[in-house]
Amino acid sequence: MKKIEAIIKPSALEAVKDALNARGVNGMTISEVKGHGRQKGHTEIYRGAEYVVDFIPKIKIELVVASADAEPVADCIRKAANSGKIGDGKIFVLPVEEVLRIRTGERGETAI
Amino acid sequence: MNTGDTAFMLIATAMVMLMTPGLALFYGGLVRSKNVLGTIMQSMICLGVVSLIWVLYGYSLAFGPDVHGLIGDLSLVGLHGVTLSPGPYAKTIPDLLFCAFQLMFAIITPALISGAIAERMKFSAYLLFITLWSTLVYLPICHWVWGGGWLGKLGALDFAGGTVIHINSGIAALVAAIMLGRRKGWGRESFHPHNLPMTILGAGLLWFGWFGFNAGSSLAAGETAALAFFTTQVATGAAVLSWLAVEWMIQGKPTTLGAVSGALAGLVAITPAAGFVSPISAVIIGLVAGGLCYLAVLAKGKLGYDDALDVVGVHGVGGLWGALATGLFASLAVNPAGANGLFFGNPHQFLIQAIGAGASILYSLILTTVILKVVGLVTGGLRLESEDEIQGLDLTQHSEVGYTS
Repeated sequence: MKKIEAIIKPSALEAVKDALNARGVNGMTISEVKGHGRQKGHTEIYRGAEYVVDFIPKIKIELVVASADAEPVADCIRKAANSGKIGDGKIFVLPVEEVLRIRTGERGETAI
Repeated sequence: MNTGDTAFMLIATAMVMLMTPGLALFYGGLVRSKNVLGTIMQSMICLGVVSLIWVLYGYSLAFGPDVHGLIGDLSLVGLHGVTLSPGPYAKTIPDLLFCAFQLMFAIITPALISGAIAERMKFSAYLLFITLWSTLVYLPICHWVWGGGWLGKLGALDFAGGTVIHINSGIAALVAAIMLGRRKGWGRESFHPHNLPMTILGAGLLWFGWFGFNAGSSLAAGETAALAFFTTQVATGAAVLSWLAVEWMIQGKPTTLGAVSGALAGLVAITPAAGFVSPISAVIIGLVAGGLCYLAVLAKGKLGYDDALDVVGVHGVGGLWGALATGLFASLAVNPAGANGLFFGNPHQFLIQAIGAGASILYSLILTTVILKVVGLVTGGLRLESEDEIQGLDLTQHSEVGYTS
């Protein structure tokens, strides 16, 4: 099993969610996060005072899939979140040792 | 007694009251989220403190029978003798209603200063400060201009409080910002506003309430009220545009905070002139106010004092411009009870306006300095402990937080 962590632009969330649902991915967790990669921050101006904001809002999507699905799901996210501009984000794929469904105690891929 | 005037003044008084919560939201949105309640509180507490001062001795010192042009006497202490019949200041409304209307002005003036000391003053010290400042600075200057004091007798025009309220609080703000020192992290950390929609809501309430402030200052539902209402609107609209225009040119973007700051600058500047100038003059006053106050706010960074929410730039500079502009643009043609200004052939009026502004600046400067020194000694320091300042006003001064996550 693999965990996919995708950091994307907030504006790409709808498209990514729809694409994942269309692929039959049936669960995900999202959180509002802040950060920057090569995009760096942006400048804000309040009454003439300029502030450089280093960390900009992003969305983190976390989901766990069967190992065989990791590649196509990651690709699906990449396509949906790709605007071609700097700051589109990154996707990380990590190994997962075990999954438990709390209600039933099922383990492994059936618990995903 | 006139029921129409009385009805109008009741509503105008309520509208001016609403400006103080409006100011609380305006300032509240501009600070960091850890200070939102403490900042709102600094305005709201004035509704309590000044109301009490006003009944006990405030109205008497401001509007009681004149003593040497400097202050009212103590004959109206406890509002003794302030009746429901018309009094000496307004012939068609109850004396007590005039007293209530003036109370609302006395409430918002110390609250304005809180913007300069935002995010770093102890609540106990603040409380003592506004009590002493209202008593020793606001009441005398109010008396000088409106209560039969020397500036009024000299012929100084201040329709709704440019000198009494805005120059006065603006100078006090400058003194307070310097004496408290800069916030921790000034010049290194970003102090950007945590909730601009809240600030914009506050600005909207201020703008709305300001019609009560300016139109109500005619003390009757008549021609001058209509004039003041209209000049207030167009000067403010013009100031929104000029602030944005200058900001756009200098900074490259017109900002929403710029729009509402421009509105405030326009409201401040037209206040002393509202019932004395024509609508076209009001537009010019507003246009100058927007650009001028923006430049004053920019200059703050260079001068190095931490007037956190720009009370000096908006109220001090805007108020000074408004007081002087009244001496330029006032016209007997629009209000026979006023005077002609420099542009209408009476340079003497400009001189009188300058004297009024100068006296207010000097008096406020000296007294505010002394009061803050005394408050600092009595309360063991004006500022929060360093650790408390990092934690924020809300938690350390009030044991509350504005937002739970």
